[in-house]
Amino acid sequence: MTALLTHRYRSGEVHRFAAADQDFIYLVSAGAIFALDGAVADVLALLDGAEMDHADLVTALIGAGHSPADAEDLVRELRLARVIVSNQTVAAPSPAKPPEDYPLQALVLNITNQCNLACTYCYEFGADKIATPAGKTKYMAIDTAKASVDLLLAQSGGRPAVHITFFGGETLMNFPLLREVVAYSTAQAEAQGRTITFSLTTNATLLTDEIIEFLADQQIGVTVSIDGPKEMQDKRRVYKSGKGSYDVIEPKLRKLIARHRTRAITARVTLTDGVTDVIRIFRHLREDIGFHEVGFAPVTTSGERDYSITDDGMDSVLGQFNLLADEWLAYALKGRMHGFSNVSETIGELVQGTNKSHPCGAGLGLLGVSPSGDLSPCHRFTDADTHTMGHVSTGIDREKQGEFLTKGHVGAKYECQSCWARPLCAGGCHHEAFVRYGDTGHANLHYCDWIRDWTERCLTIQGTLAVKNPEFLEKFAERKGLS
Amino acid sequence: MKHLRPINQKAKAIGESVEAQISAAQEDVVGLQQVRPHVPMGCTLSFSPGWEVDASGGTAGLCQPVERDIYDCYVTCFWPVQVPDHVNYSPDWASNCAAATKDWRSLDIIFP
Repeated sequence: MTALLTHRYRSGEVHRFAAADQDFIYLVSAGAIFALDGAVADVLALLDGAEMDHADLVTALIGAGHSPADAEDLVRELRLARVIVSNQTVAAPSPAKPPEDYPLQALVLNITNQCNLACTYCYEFGADKIATPAGKTKYMAIDTAKASVDLLLAQSGGRPAVHITFFGGETLMNFPLLREVVAYSTAQAEAQGRTITFSLTTNATLLTDEIIEFLADQQIGVTVSIDGPKEMQDKRRVYKSGKGSYDVIEPKLRKLIARHRTRAITARVTLTDGVTDVIRIFRHLREDIGFHEVGFAPVTTSGERDYSITDDGMDSVLGQFNLLADEWLAYALKGRMHGFSNVSETIGELVQGTNKSHPCGAGLGLLGVSPSGDLSPCHRFTDADTHTMGHVSTGIDREKQGEFLTKGHVGAKYECQSCWARPLCAGGCHHEAFVRYGDTGHANLHYCDWIRDWTERCLTIQGTLAVKNPEFLEKFAERKGLS
Repeated sequence: MKHLRPINQKAKAIGESVEAQISAAQEDVVGLQQVRPHVPMGCTLSFSPGWEVDASGGTAGLCQPVERDIYDCYVTCFWPVQVPDHVNYSPDWASNCAAATKDWRSLDIIFP
C-alpha cells in the first residue's frame, strides 16, 4: 500500500478553545471534544488555511523537533480521528432522507386548548399565533387520550420506557382527564412489561392540595411557566381582566415544592422586553421560591412585537447568563449543582457529544396531540391546520412527517454548513423559524451569534471541569440519555 | 491515542475506533520471523526450487512431496501467493518488485 504516502491533508472542521491552561478542540463533524498536546497544535498550525502532502507534513514536524516515527504516528492518529482530513478519506454517505419508522419516545398531550390566563406574548393565543382552534374540541376526551397512549406504545418500537407530557392551554383545566390518563397508561405499559413516565407544564394558578398530592404520589415532573418576582410576573402573565397572577401562584408554589420531592420541580422563564433581569429572576425563583432548576428562553416573536427583546436586550441577557455560568462553574468545582438549567442542559449535550440531524425531537421521537386528536410535530404546532401530521385514530401521516423532517434536517440549512455550533443547534426551533420566516426549515439566523457565544461559554466550562473536576461531568452522562 | 485526550463520550468512541484501527493496521502483516509466525499449513519457507522446507525445517509438513514441485507446486497450490515454481509459469510476476524486502506489496496475484 504505497498509496499511504500520497495523502494530502487539510485541517478537519475543528473549533479550538482553551480552558484551565489547556488547549482543546471541538470536532464539529462529530461533536467530540479532545484535549490536545503541543504536537497537535503544531499540526493544526501547519495546516491553518493550507494543504500539505504527507511527506511534507512529516518533514515539517521532524524539523520542529519530532522524531520521524513520532511524526508518522501523530499524523496517523489525527487522520484516523479525522482531526485532519486526507484527500483520500472517503466521506461516509449521508442518509438520503430521514428514517420513516423512527420509534416514538414521547407524546405531548394538549389536554385542553383553553387557558385561564391571557399572557400577552403567548404563542398559542398571542399576536403571532399559528393555531386555528375555531370549531375544534376544547377539552380532550378520554377516548382520544386512550388512543394517543395506544399509539405511543404501538409506535415506540422496543423502547423499554416512554414518556407523556401533559400540556395546554392550561393543563390543570383538564385535571380529571390527566388523572385518568395516568391510570390507563400505567396499566397498559405494565401489561407490556414497560414503563411510562409523566410530566406536565402548568401556570400553577389551579394547583390544589389534592393535585399536589397526586403529582407527588405519581412522581409526575412539574415545569412551571413563571417569569420571576411579582412585578415581572405580573407584567405579562395576567388574567383576562389584566390582573397579575403572582399573588395567586406564590403560596401554591411553596406548597408544591415543599410536598413534591419525587421529581425535580423546574421553572421556565420567558424573557420579554422589560423582563430581562435574569439574575434577579434566578435568585428569586431558585433561592426564594426554591425551584430545583430554573431555565430561561427569549420569547418567540415574528420580530415586530412590543414584547420582543431588542438586540441590546439580548446582549444584556448573555452578559447575565455568563455571570450565572461563572457561579455554575464555581458550584461544579465544589461538586454541587447550581440550578441554572441553561448551562446544565448544554453540558448534558456536550458530555454526550450530541451531533444533531435535527434541532430537537419534534416529528421524530416526539409528537404533539391536540385536544381533538390531531398529531403535530410538537405542542407548539397544536391545532395549527397547516402542520397537522395525522390523527391518533389513523396514525402518523408519514408523507407529511417526511416533508417536515427533510426540511428541518441540518444538512438542508445552507447557513449552518459553515457554523461550528451546528452539532447542538442544528438551525434552532422549527416553530420559531416558522413564526419568524414562514418556513420550519429556515435556520434561525437572528440568534446565530448568540448561540455561538453561549456554546463557547459552555465548552470552556466543560474544559475546565475536564481538567479540575472530571467526576462532576459524569453526573451529566445520562441527563439527556435515550431510554 | 498519544496526543488527543477524549473529553466527552463521542470523543471516547472515536478514540476506541482509532485504537482499533491502529492495532488492526499493526496486525495487517505478520512477519514470518516474528514470535508467532503465520505459516500456512503445508507451505514452504524457501523460494528456491529443490530446497523447500516446512515451518519446522523439514520436508514432512509440505503439502506435496518435495519432488512434485518440479512440475507442480504453483498450479495446484491452495494458497494465493507466490510459490517456488511461479517463476517457471509466470516469468514476469516480480517485474514490479525490484527489491522484495522493500516492494513486496507490489507483487500481484497471478491467475494461471
